Amino acid sequence: MIYLELLWSFIQIGLFSIGGGYAAMPLIQHQAVEVHSWLTMQEFADIITISEMTPGPITINSATFVGIQVAGVTGALAATLGCILPSSIIVTLLAFIYYRFKGLEAVQSVLKGLRPAIIALIASAGISLFKTAILIKENGGIEPFALILFIIAFIILRKWKPSPIAVMAGVGAIRLIAGL
Amino acid sequence: MRDKARRYLKLFLTTFEISAFTFGGGFVIIPLMRKKFVEEMKWIDDDEMLDLAAIAQSSPGAIAVNASILVGYKTGGVPGALISILGTIIPPFIIISVISHFYIAFRNNRYVSLVMEGMLIGVAAVIADLVISMAWDVIRKKRLTPFLMLVVSFILVEFLDLNIIILILLAGLIGYVDYTIGKRRMR
Repeated sequence: MIYLELLWSFIQIGLFSIGGGYAAMPLIQHQAVEVHSWLTMQEFADIITISEMTPGPITINSATFVGIQVAGVTGALAATLGCILPSSIIVTLLAFIYYRFKGLEAVQSVLKGLRPAIIALIASAGISLFKTAILIKENGGIEPFALILFIIAFIILRKWKPSPIAVMAGVGAIRLIAGL
Repeated sequence: MRDKARRYLKLFLTTFEISAFTFGGGFVIIPLMRKKFVEEMKWIDDDEMLDLAAIAQSSPGAIAVNASILVGYKTGGVPGALISILGTIIPPFIIISVISHFYIAFRNNRYVSLVMEGMLIGVAAVIADLVISMAWDVIRKKRLTPFLMLVVSFILVEFLDLNIIILILLAGLIGYVDYTIGKRRMR
């Protein structure tokens, strides 16, 4: 049955994609293009592009997309469910363990070690995003208008601490108006 | 009872809102969550948010979904976790379901890509703002080990492409060793 196949394929993707989006891409490609021929390579590339353009985790986006293409909305539900099932169970267990034992000194010391590393990871993710946002795709040069928008948005955020979502929507609107 | 229902509703709406604006995937959700759950609602403290980020990153599955599960669990136990999973997956589910019918037109539409470009610039600014606040927090405390770990981790990931899982294992280990050495000195 197609729904079960979708469910099972995406359970595997959900279970083995540790470290988020980019780790999941080859797994999705393997399941959806190579094992099941649900998508052509071109369609797979399209999903990646659309996932980058739309909000939401890439695994959820591609599960929805593949599911709909193969078996309509029910298929999309099956694929999405498969995708989140492993992490729902594992992460809920980890949450339980974390809140149960985080008071222990030894656990505290490990967590203290992790915090600076996580800040570094966020910084690194931020830099790649910054590059995607302000570099010109064709030649890797800086797009001055994008850089100016970035600086203005950054100053506004530092100074008035508005909601990040308002800032994002605002910059999106300005970019659209300026590009018309 | 009503308080509880209101809390669940707030949890759902907040995760829904965050998910609807998480462009760029992965860690982008952490600054948005921090802003909402730490700064605005004060349901979670700063260190806790970083711990949750570490757990979300090292578990299988999408970081955004994992982070939502953790935040949901903290604010409302297992039902909270389920509610925040729903809040997180419904927006992309709806958006992709709609787009999948005309995705080639969507992909090639000039206006759509202009808005997306702009929003990506906004996300980059949001992350820059968050990273500076968090890094400043570490620097301000004037303790050598966390500061060195911040700098070295950054160099390892950004310039030497160290695998993230290895970095997390190493950092946890160093934290533990640092603590046992400190304890021995105390004796």
